[in-house]
Amino acid sequence: MIEISLGHYLSLGAIIFFLGVVGIFLNRKNVIVILMSIELILLAVNINLISFSIFSGNVVGQIFTMLTLTVAAAEAAIGLAIIVIYYRNKGSIRVEDIHGMKG
Amino acid sequence: MISNLNILLPEIFLTLSIFSILMIGVFTKRSFNLVFNLSSVILIITIFIILNSPTDETKIFLESFIRDTFSSFFKVLILIASLFVLNSSKNFIVDNKVNKFEYPIIILISILGMFFMLSSNDLILFYLGLELQSLSLYILASIDRDNLRSSESGIKYFVLSALSSGLLLYGCSLLYGFTGTTNFDLIANELTKDNTGAIFAMVFILVGLAFKISAVPFHMWTPDVYEGAPTSITSYFAVVPKVVGLALLIKFMEIPFKNILVEWQIILIFISIASMMLGAVAAIVQKNLKRLLAYSSIGHIGYALAGVATGAIPGFESATIYITIYVVMNIGAFSCLYLMKKNGEYKENISDLSGISKKNPVLAFALLIILFSLAGIPPLGGFFAKFYVFTSVIQQEMYTLAIIGLLTTVISAFYYLRIIKTIYFDDSVITFDEVKNKTAQITILLSCGILLSFFLYPSFLNEIVNSLFIN
Repeated sequence: MIEISLGHYLSLGAIIFFLGVVGIFLNRKNVIVILMSIELILLAVNINLISFSIFSGNVVGQIFTMLTLTVAAAEAAIGLAIIVIYYRNKGSIRVEDIHGMKG
Repeated sequence: MISNLNILLPEIFLTLSIFSILMIGVFTKRSFNLVFNLSSVILIITIFIILNSPTDETKIFLESFIRDTFSSFFKVLILIASLFVLNSSKNFIVDNKVNKFEYPIIILISILGMFFMLSSNDLILFYLGLELQSLSLYILASIDRDNLRSSESGIKYFVLSALSSGLLLYGCSLLYGFTGTTNFDLIANELTKDNTGAIFAMVFILVGLAFKISAVPFHMWTPDVYEGAPTSITSYFAVVPKVVGLALLIKFMEIPFKNILVEWQIILIFISIASMMLGAVAAIVQKNLKRLLAYSSIGHIGYALAGVATGAIPGFESATIYITIYVVMNIGAFSCLYLMKKNGEYKENISDLSGISKKNPVLAFALLIILFSLAGIPPLGGFFAKFYVFTSVIQQEMYTLAIIGLLTTVISAFYYLRIIKTIYFDDSVITFDEVKNKTAQITILLSCGILLSFFLYPSFLNEIVNSLFIN
């Protein structure tokens, strides 16, 4: 049996965080996937905060997590609303199509 | 307990007024004008509340909220800036049919977020303030919702800004983990040079802040968002969030990261040099005035960061003076855009300015002063801003930074002077309509007046800024 230590939790958080960041840059298809990647990043942070909080016995991290969750929900709501108005104007939410301005 | 609430008075007043004008906006018909005027009144009242509050340093709510002269100065600065940005752009807002009553309300909400950021002494409060500000800015970027370009700029700003908030939050979580606290003062005590994890966290937080002030290499969104968003929003983006971002950088250097200043300095020097160079080079090829101002703002942030990068009190003072004068110049420059109207349509290309000195001599002269000041030509305000920054940089013996800064100033003078050449020496192509836009004209007049008369009494601003950093 391996004991699951703080390092394991932090690695999990780092992997999920990295997946989120890579998801934003490698994704060429759909803006919704970008929204999901952003959520992944925020959830990875939550894993970090909670594991730090549990292993140090300091409760502030858990309070921080609650607030982060709320912010993540608000961010997703606003992001979806912006995607909806973009779709109404353009008729597509493919990432390749979002290049109206360049220079 | 009640005395705690007294310290929070500006924020409480702002919150309650936002709720009330939101209700007024919902329950009265065609309420834009009413809500707009009320929000201007609210901004003015908030300025007086802050000016009337005592100047001693007080920390409340488990030392998570701080009221000191530093935060009060920046609060007053952003309030005055938003007051002028809002009022000078009113005609533009109505002409472009973005006159929804939510417009001024969302601006007030973003100001509330900035207040909490400026007063934060705790990572949690700092992050929540930052998100309140960013979420409002996402909506503002895409406020012209039937316009493809505005919604596109909204989507770009949202994706990149949410990513940078995520990076910043990851940094906050690591900082909490490696120091065991979220309070800035306690973090400062815990942090030492051999705490490598915390230095890692510092890089993430710096990335997040650099994004908010659009410093290179996190500037990708700036030109697109500036071009796509309505000009009234662009002027808000170019002025107010930058002030707050810079203030927060100074705050982070002064309190939580004061023991690992050397590591933080190296990154800041790199960011500052990169911003100055990109701001000088990339603006040369631009044809759209808003894009040009975007690159110019990247360059100006580079100069302000050079002051911050010194890591010493004179440097912070010079950066504060720089950003104050930058606010004055940019509000003036954007107000000129509100007067460039032809057949009911607002023009924003440099070629539209061709030869306007014959038909619109006053606008041409105002642009001349503002562009000279942006280029840093004496005796205008912009010159003194750069002078203070480079003096403080040279005092710290950072000669490379100073030399690169001076070189990029010369390069960037090229594109400002090219616009002036277009205005004064090219053939006249179009004549702008006679615009009856009193507020924009007054704003330009004030901006030019301040820039022209700054050299008469520079110690006025100097003394105020000096008093911010005494402790």
